[in-house]
Amino acid sequence: MTTVLLVEQILNGLQFGIMLFLMAAGLTLVFGVMGLINLAHGSLYMIGAFAAAAVAAATGSFVLALAGAMAAAAMVGALVEYTVIRRLYARDHLDQVLATFALILIFSEGTRWIFGSFPLFLDIPSALAGPITLPGGIEYPRYRLVLIVIGLAIAAGLALFISRTRVGIQIRAGENDREMIAALGVDISRLYTLVFALGAALAGLAGALVGAIQSVQIGMGEPILILAFVVIVIGGIGSIRGALVGSLLVGLTDTLGGIFLPEAFKLFMEPAAATTVGSSLASMAIYILMAGVLIWRPTGLFGARA
Amino acid sequence: MTEPVLSTHALTKRFGALVANEAVSLDLRPGEVHALIGPNGAGKSTLVGQICGAIKPDEGRVQFLGRDVTEQSTRTRARSGLGRTFQISALAMEDSVLQNVVLGAMGAAGTVWHFLRPAMKDLTIRQKAEQALERVGLSDLASLRTGEISHGQRRRLEVAVALTLSPKAFVMDEPMAGLGAEGTRELTALLDELRQEAPILLVEHDMDVVFSLADRITVLNYGRVIATGSTAEIRSDPEVRRAYLGEES
Amino acid sequence: MSRESIVNAALFALLIAVPLGALATDEPFIITLATRAVILALAAVGLNIALGIGGLVSLGHAAYFGIGGYAMGILAFHAQSYTPLFEGPFVIEGTKLMPIIWLVAICGGALAAFVIGLLSLRTTGVYFIMITLAFGQMFYFFTISWPAYGGEDGLSIYVRNSFPGLNTLVPIQFYAVCFVLLCAVLWFNARLARAPFGLALNAARQVPHRVEAIGLDPVRLKLVALVISGAVTGLAGALFADLNRFVSPTMFSWQMSGELMVFIILGGTGRLFGPVAGAMLFVLLEYLLGGISDYWLAFLGALLLLVVLYGRGGLVGIFAGKARNHD
Repeated sequence: MTTVLLVEQILNGLQFGIMLFLMAAGLTLVFGVMGLINLAHGSLYMIGAFAAAAVAAATGSFVLALAGAMAAAAMVGALVEYTVIRRLYARDHLDQVLATFALILIFSEGTRWIFGSFPLFLDIPSALAGPITLPGGIEYPRYRLVLIVIGLAIAAGLALFISRTRVGIQIRAGENDREMIAALGVDISRLYTLVFALGAALAGLAGALVGAIQSVQIGMGEPILILAFVVIVIGGIGSIRGALVGSLLVGLTDTLGGIFLPEAFKLFMEPAAATTVGSSLASMAIYILMAGVLIWRPTGLFGARA
Repeated sequence: MTEPVLSTHALTKRFGALVANEAVSLDLRPGEVHALIGPNGAGKSTLVGQICGAIKPDEGRVQFLGRDVTEQSTRTRARSGLGRTFQISALAMEDSVLQNVVLGAMGAAGTVWHFLRPAMKDLTIRQKAEQALERVGLSDLASLRTGEISHGQRRRLEVAVALTLSPKAFVMDEPMAGLGAEGTRELTALLDELRQEAPILLVEHDMDVVFSLADRITVLNYGRVIATGSTAEIRSDPEVRRAYLGEES
Repeated sequence: MSRESIVNAALFALLIAVPLGALATDEPFIITLATRAVILALAAVGLNIALGIGGLVSLGHAAYFGIGGYAMGILAFHAQSYTPLFEGPFVIEGTKLMPIIWLVAICGGALAAFVIGLLSLRTTGVYFIMITLAFGQMFYFFTISWPAYGGEDGLSIYVRNSFPGLNTLVPIQFYAVCFVLLCAVLWFNARLARAPFGLALNAARQVPHRVEAIGLDPVRLKLVALVISGAVTGLAGALFADLNRFVSPTMFSWQMSGELMVFIILGGTGRLFGPVAGAMLFVLLEYLLGGISDYWLAFLGALLLLVVLYGRGGLVGIFAGKARNHD
C-alpha cells in the first residue's frame, strides 16, 4: 500500500462524493422547502447525461453539452413540477413515493424510446483528457480533478446563493415556516418551481459530468439517487451543509472501503477469501455507516432535532 | 393533610436560552380539581409534558402515588393510572367511537398482544369501554366513526379514553378547547362528577370553568409559579391580577 | 354483504376459475401467469400488513423478498450439488423440501425485518422511506459482490422443490400450493386487522401519542408489524424463486420494492384484497401490454400516476365505492 495509491483513492472518493453532493443538494432542498420526497430525481440525472451526450454529438462542444444538460434537466424539472409535482405537496409521503416512482417509469421508457436501449458515450474533452502531475509526483486524471473543483465551486456558490440572495433567503424562510413566506407575499408556486428546477439542473449537471467517465444509460440515475438518500439520512434532511459532509463521507467510505477492506482482511486471512469477504463487506460499508449514524443521531449529523 | 396523589418538586426545563419552567412545585390532592392557569407561553404545556413523561425535566422530580416517576416513560406512568387528555383531540379518527375506548381499555389491561381473536369480542374489555362511554354520555354514538362525530363529542370521548385507564389522577390539557357554551356546561358538569373518581389537574383558559370547578389554582407566569391557593385567594392576589388577569392596580 | 366483500369474492372466484379454465383448455402458460400473480400478491399482502395497518411506507421490502428467494436458492443449491451447507461441530444439509424452505424463508424475512426495523423505526416519515430503501439496496449489492452463490448471475435450481404428496412440477399443483398459502395469509391478515394488535397498530399509525398515553409502545407495535410483514414477504420470495427455479440479485432490486408498493395502490390502499387486485392487474397488463409495446412500463407509469392523483380507491375502490369502517 503506497502513499500514491492512498492519495489517488482519497481523490477518487472526493470526486465521487462531490458528484453525490450535486444530487443530494437538490433532493434535500426540495424536501426542505416543499416537503417532497422525489424518487424521480435520478431521472433528471439521467436526462442530463443523455442531453449532454446528444449535444456533444451534435456540436462537439463539451461546454455546450454541460449547458445543454443543465438546461434540459431544468426544463423537464420545471415542466414536471408544474404538471405533476405541485399536486403532491399536500399529499402524504406514500402518494409522493408512488407518483414519483411512476415518473421514473415514464422517464426511463421515454428515454429508451428516444435514444434506444444501448448506452451512449460522452467523451472527455481533449483539453481535460490524460493525467496531471500533482505535487509529490502523483499522476491523477485531469478530468476527475476538474470534477472536484467544479463540485466544490458549486457547493460554495450554492452556499452563497442561499445565504446572500433574495431567493435564497426565501428558500430558508420556506424551510422554517411555509405559511410565513406566503404571508410575506412571496409567490410560493413560482418559488417552488424555481427550487425544483434548480435541483434538477444540479442533478442534470452531475449526470453529464459523470456520464463522461461512465456510460450514459437508462437506469443510471437510480443507484446514485439511493446513495443520495443515504447521504441525506447521514447529513440530515434539509441541510445543505449536511449534504456536503454526508456526500464526502459516503464517497470516501465507498471508495476507500473497496480498496482497503480486502487488504485489511488479507492481514489475517488467505488472499482469495480476504478479497471475497473484504469486497462484500465494502459493498455494505456505506449502509453500515448510515446505520451507525442512525444509532448515534437519528435525525442525521446536521438535521433538526426532533 | 392527606398525601398528594401527584406532585412536582422544583421542576425546571430550559429550551436553549428560554426557561420554560423554573422550579415549579405543585401538588394534586385526593378529590380535588387543581387548576393550572397562566397566559399563553407561561409554560403550562411544558409542565404537562413533564408530568406525563413526554418531556424530560432538566431539574426537579415528579411524584405519582408516592413514587418518584421522573425517570419513567409516558407508558409506565399511564399504566400506573395517569390518565391524560390532549389539548387537540388525539383519537383514531378512522376508527369507531367504541374502538377508541376499547383501545384504551386494552392498553390499560395490557391485552394488546393478541393477533387472531377479535378485539371487540373481549367481553371484559368491552364492558369497561362501554362503561366509560356511558359515563360521558356517548353510548348512543358507539358505532359511529370518530371522524363523523362533533367536536364537542370528541372532547368527551377524550375523557372517556382516559377513564378506561381507571386513572388515579387525571391530567387534562384544555378539555374545553373549542367548545361552545352548551358543550362547556356539559363537560364542566361531567368533570365535577369525575373528581370523585380521581383528582383532576386541569389546564384551562376559560375562567368561568376554572372558578366553578377548581378547589385550588396555581398560576404560572414566565415559567414560574406566581401564586397557589384557593379560588378566593387567587381572585384577590394582587400579583395575579396584575400579571394575568390583566388589571391595572 | 358489503360491496367490498362482493368484489373480494369476485377476485377470489377469478383466482380459482382462471387456472382451472387454463387447465381445461391446456394452457399451462396461463397457469404460470396466474401463479406469478398469486405469489406477487402474497408478497404485497405482506407489505400491506406493515403499510396498510401500520402506515409504514417501507421501500425496502425487496430485502425480505430476496432473502426468501435466496433461502430457497441456497438450500436447494446445496441439495442438488450434494454439498453440505455448513460443516462444523454439526452439519447442515441443503434441502429440496418446500415446508422446510418456507420455514427458513419466513424466519429469515422476520429476522431481517427485526434488525432493519430496530434501526429504521428510530425515525419516521421520509427518513424511514429513505432508510428502508437504502437497506434494501445494501442486500442487493451484497449479493452481487458475494460470489459463493452466483454473485450477479444468480443461482439456477434445476428441478422445482417438492411438497409431500404433490407433484409440484405440474403447474396446477404448484399453483394450488401458492393459492392456499395466499388464502391462509389473507385470512390471517383479516383476523389481525380486527385483533387487539391490529386495533392498536392502526391507532399507532393515526395517533402515536395517544397510544403512548394509554400505556402502549407505538414503536414496538410497528416493529412487530414489520416482522410479520417481512416473514410473509420472505415466504413469497421463496415461492417466487421456486416458480422461476432461479434466484438473482434482481429480487433485491429497489424496483421490486417499488412494484410491491404499486400493487397495493393499484388495487386500493386500506383494502384487504387491494394487493391481490393490484398484483393481478399488474401481471395482466404485463402480459397484454408487454406483448404490444416494449415500452409498456411507461403505460404502467401513466396509469399509476392517474390512480395516485385522481383515484385513491384503486381497482377495488372503483367497484366497491368508498372504504368503510370494518367492524
